[in-house]
Amino acid sequence: MTLKVSLKTIRGPLARKVREMSGEDPNVCFQCGLCAGSCPMTGEMEIFTRKVMHMLQLGLADVVITQKMAYLCASCHTCQVRCPRGIDIPKVVEALRLLSLRAGENYLAPESISKERLKEMPQAAVVAGLRKFTG
Amino acid sequence: MTIGYYPGCTLKSKAKNLEDSALASLKALGVEAVELPRWNCCGAVFSLSDDDLIHHVAPVRDLIRAKDAGHERLITLCSMCYNTLARANLLMQQDEEKRKTLNLFMEEESDYAGEVQVQHYLDFLRTEVGWDRLASRVVKPLTGLRVAGYYGCTLLRPREVAIEAPDTPTMFNDFLRALGAEAVDFDESTACCSSYQILGSESAALEASARVLRGASVSKVEALATSCPVCEYNLGRRQLDVRTRFNEVNEIPTFYFTQLLAVALGLPLSDLGLKLNEKSSEALLRSRNLIAAA
Repeated sequence: MTLKVSLKTIRGPLARKVREMSGEDPNVCFQCGLCAGSCPMTGEMEIFTRKVMHMLQLGLADVVITQKMAYLCASCHTCQVRCPRGIDIPKVVEALRLLSLRAGENYLAPESISKERLKEMPQAAVVAGLRKFTG
Repeated sequence: MTIGYYPGCTLKSKAKNLEDSALASLKALGVEAVELPRWNCCGAVFSLSDDDLIHHVAPVRDLIRAKDAGHERLITLCSMCYNTLARANLLMQQDEEKRKTLNLFMEEESDYAGEVQVQHYLDFLRTEVGWDRLASRVVKPLTGLRVAGYYGCTLLRPREVAIEAPDTPTMFNDFLRALGAEAVDFDESTACCSSYQILGSESAALEASARVLRGASVSKVEALATSCPVCEYNLGRRQLDVRTRFNEVNEIPTFYFTQLLAVALGLPLSDLGLKLNEKSSEALLRSRNLIAAA
């Protein structure tokens, strides 16, 4: 993947939007990787949390929001309680997820959940999942 | 003593065993839980984006109902409801601008500024009953049963709504010891079971659950106690799927912690709702003579 970094993207509107929506500044991150090491879904992510934070520092929000990563987050907040820089990483991920949903299609089609599963799943799981995966 | 109670959607059907055992236990302990006269779904997850205020309306409306009903305190059972309501409450206490906007949006309701205290049932037992007093009320101690409390995420994170220190929790152990059980620690008791990812990424979700169950297996846990219907689904109802796909995972019966409480308090089988658990849960209690033989 070729990545183009410039002052224009670093100061660009999308990077600013991520900061506004999350209330967090990715530049505070010093790349220790404790977030990615603590994340239960890191193994599934092509670009995991530490890299996402670095890419956001480089103003590559447009690349990051095309990644599946934000949809793999379970909002467990393990990264947040462990971050030595005190960054609320789930808020950054939520901003990316919402920007992706607002720009495009649902990540999960509600009708794709089988009736059998819907019958047995707790409502809390269905409500939370549809909140996170549909716009 | 009476206390305001918010059940949440799941407790009225899929997790009726959580509600029934919890309310019966409170009654046995001399506490009357008064369900809110009107309530709605809390939304299950707290909105994390600053420009997504509309999703705070549901939990805040529930808190307004609690205030209007005259409750100073509201207890919840489902870990996800607890987390969502407690965070929404904190937002209304601390963020003046958002508080104004939300109150204006719900102008037909009373103004709200976080006056009600949101408390989880387990913490209520700790503060209002106390572990020693609870132990004195136990008529059927769970002696010799190796039980581990599974906290999952939403009782402990984020820190500002954690029922105790997120890295070194002891509340489940204290509770289980009061019931006479052998409380077992295991590293994954605070790890995520994958939560709602069971909808979005099933195989990765089952793998996350496998890590939790494997940790419990290594520690020779005989029963898991949880307070979250989503954890119970992933670790209990879907356990056969996990064991089929992953190695080194023992069959571990799962319970809502209030079911074990009801057993220890000697409450009738009808209060336990064990038919909603996997068959192994009831079988374990029978094999230990904790409930009457079939």
